Amino acid sequence: MENRSEKIHAVEFRGITKRFGSNIANDSIDLYLNKGVIMSLLGENGSGKTTLMNMLAGIYFPDEGEILIDGKPVSIASPKDAFDNGIGMIHQHFKLVDIFNATENIVLGLEDRFDLKEAEAKVREICDRYGFEIDLSKKIYEMSVSEKQTVEIVKVLYRGADILILDEPTAVLTPQEIEKLFFVLRAMRQDGKAIILITHKLGEVMAVSDVVAVLRKGRHIATVRTAETDEQKLTEMMVGRAVKLNIARTESVNITPRLTIKDLTCRDKEGFVKLDKASFVANGGEILGVAGIAGSGQKELLEAIAGLRRIDSGSILYTPEGKEPTELVGKTPMEIKEAGVALAFVPEDRLGMGLVGGMGMTGNMMLRSWNKGKGIFIDRKEPEKLAEKVYDFLEVVTPSIDYPVRKLSGGNVQKVLVGREIVSEPSVLMSAYAVRGLDINTSYVIYNLMAEQKSKGVAVIFVGEDLDVLIELCDRIMVLCGGRVSGIVDARKTCKEELGLLMTKAGGRGAAIK
Amino acid sequence: MNKHTPFIRLAKREDIARHSVWMIRAASFVAAILLGCLIFLSVDANPLTAYKTIISGALGNKNGIRQVVKYAIPLLGTALALAPCFKMRYWNIGAEGQITMGALGASFFALNYAAAMPAPALLIVMCLASILGGMLWSVIPALFKARWGTNETLFTLMMNYIAIGIVGWLQGGPWEGKPGSQIIPLFDPKAVLPRLFGVHIGWIIVLLLTVVIYVYMNYTKQGYEIAVLGESENTAVYAGMNVAAVTVRTAALSGGLCGLVGFMLASGTNQTMYSDIAGGAGFTAITVCWLAQLNPFAMIGISLLLAVLCKGASTIQTALSIPASISDMLTGIILLCMLGCEFFINYKMIFRSHAEKEAE
Repeated sequence: MENRSEKIHAVEFRGITKRFGSNIANDSIDLYLNKGVIMSLLGENGSGKTTLMNMLAGIYFPDEGEILIDGKPVSIASPKDAFDNGIGMIHQHFKLVDIFNATENIVLGLEDRFDLKEAEAKVREICDRYGFEIDLSKKIYEMSVSEKQTVEIVKVLYRGADILILDEPTAVLTPQEIEKLFFVLRAMRQDGKAIILITHKLGEVMAVSDVVAVLRKGRHIATVRTAETDEQKLTEMMVGRAVKLNIARTESVNITPRLTIKDLTCRDKEGFVKLDKASFVANGGEILGVAGIAGSGQKELLEAIAGLRRIDSGSILYTPEGKEPTELVGKTPMEIKEAGVALAFVPEDRLGMGLVGGMGMTGNMMLRSWNKGKGIFIDRKEPEKLAEKVYDFLEVVTPSIDYPVRKLSGGNVQKVLVGREIVSEPSVLMSAYAVRGLDINTSYVIYNLMAEQKSKGVAVIFVGEDLDVLIELCDRIMVLCGGRVSGIVDARKTCKEELGLLMTKAGGRGAAIK
Repeated sequence: MNKHTPFIRLAKREDIARHSVWMIRAASFVAAILLGCLIFLSVDANPLTAYKTIISGALGNKNGIRQVVKYAIPLLGTALALAPCFKMRYWNIGAEGQITMGALGASFFALNYAAAMPAPALLIVMCLASILGGMLWSVIPALFKARWGTNETLFTLMMNYIAIGIVGWLQGGPWEGKPGSQIIPLFDPKAVLPRLFGVHIGWIIVLLLTVVIYVYMNYTKQGYEIAVLGESENTAVYAGMNVAAVTVRTAALSGGLCGLVGFMLASGTNQTMYSDIAGGAGFTAITVCWLAQLNPFAMIGISLLLAVLCKGASTIQTALSIPASISDMLTGIILLCMLGCEFFINYKMIFRSHAEKEAE
């Protein structure tokens, strides 16, 4: 302790503890970071990464312990205090005003008088110094996600931040955009900034950071130099035990067309085209991956197939094993479900669609079967059996199958959601973001479940965010760009770069934004 | 470091032991009683005597108990009617008007067809007419909500005033008894609900209804639809439920039951019809519903408690000549404390000094 205090660190946490009710989110964390260093803060969902950073950014206040900036104890009780201490955080959800341009957003909220011309010159100087490429007069609503992120980073720098926190910055970017981001991060490191990257993607940790701090269950496990570690070691620190990181991809046998989609077009409530003449075939015995920047039509595609969205034109031909093809367009969600098409969509808030937070596992199993059987009473026996099955099969951690799923951890919530669709023995299984926010182990359980379904002859459609996983898991990958199918590639022969190019294929991009 | 800690912080409780929930509820009830003492003292009444009078007036003799039950019937019935709506997060605050329209439907037959049919048939027709009347009044806002997404809270509230206005007009016009009296005549004895143990049989109807609503909400497909829709409309659509149909159906059920309460009020309690026949039961029942946390059996206890207060209030007014508004204040304080204590059940307060101690 004595020795460490002698050197002055850019940021130092000393014995930081934060509790939420009986849950300890951060447990006496000691951690420090120097200037000119990029640190990855690595940990699984719920390990306390974001909580810790929110205390640095003034969003939460620690229950115990203290934070030192440049060796001096500080009290950060509000985001303003954080700015005064040179701390800036770039959140996952951008906080920008759509109808203002980049410069206006950057100066917005500053209390001192300013001259927009002068400000623009200063912003330009920052951009040149770190190599940001941005059109300052462009309005936010015309910008891509990556450009918006750039505005957020420049905004923080403009306010004189020396310590930057980026919360999962790569989640919404293409591989090419990630490279650009890393380039500016390195330039900022050169300039003596201290940078903290909250992430759970190991590849990126290895690529960009100098040191890695690993959190597990609210505790600081270790801080190691990136050069002296590898992905396997980091995973073990993160999970707490050895894990095998591979997906058993079998060769597809008995491939038969299951869903034949032709010229499918959908609009949203405002009349914008969300899905533009999408055509493809999903085969039984195969996993079809769907890649694309967030909001490229993935959600709309799955909802259209499940009957949850109005279809403007096009056809969805469904051919169950050994049966005649039927048209799904015009059928009700219930009829489509009964026919064997299952959808497991994990929305951002996890509970918004597909689960009822206040009910237990049994109640949630009923969502599939509530209408079955005669009479006015609901059958609880079957759903109860189903709940037991999912509980055993996926090792759901819950006090009882009637315990409200809202109170379960994110991973367990998703097990309930995905598990319910799988035990219904569908013939088409659609899943979107099935591993969103899951720990590594559970993610692999889910990947292997998908592979298992495929070997049973199910047509699996897997919408994913992690390109590495898509390449490893799927047989074919379809890329969506601005609501159009920009390409379908063989997963065994493609690479991230090829997918990245398809994701931003010229011409489709504009439609993706509006 | 701690100088910037706020003096009081609120933290959401994760889980709370059942016995501490009841401790908090009991404490808030005691607090309400103590606050009530201050009110009695302010009008120079002995609080002890006042409370004693309330209890003995309401529960001390047969007549008092009958009165209490009579007050409790519409409260319980309406709270039961509202429960499915609230479970669905459809804010029906139009019970007052739905009760009035129900009573109106029943009165129409009581006044015009009493001679035409035997008593049981007349009562059944009145009962059906009241259900239809209440239903009509609740389905109109529900249809607008389902079709155009209008706000049901304002819509149902406004419907109340229309219903009361209609009865006001009938009272002074087409249905007026003695010219100039502004009063609708008493019902024919055939149109009056029979009594059992000195109170009209509405009490049996609402007790049966309690069981029915409990079963409906917990064990039927429709109850399940209501629960899912209340939690998430997206999930309901995902599960293949017809959101508009469920909304209208549940509103119709709720309105129909409110109408039934109107029938009991007109035929059982008052044996006539007037514009204020609901007498605020439609609003007080909202409180009953929430205090019971939508549990039908808890509603029995809470509506009885409110009825005791209501009856006790009229007793202290006559026995101790304390103005009735004073006991209304007492009822208000008790309700406020009981609803307010839910806040302390959900949140705990951390004081600065306490937080420091915790840190050490």
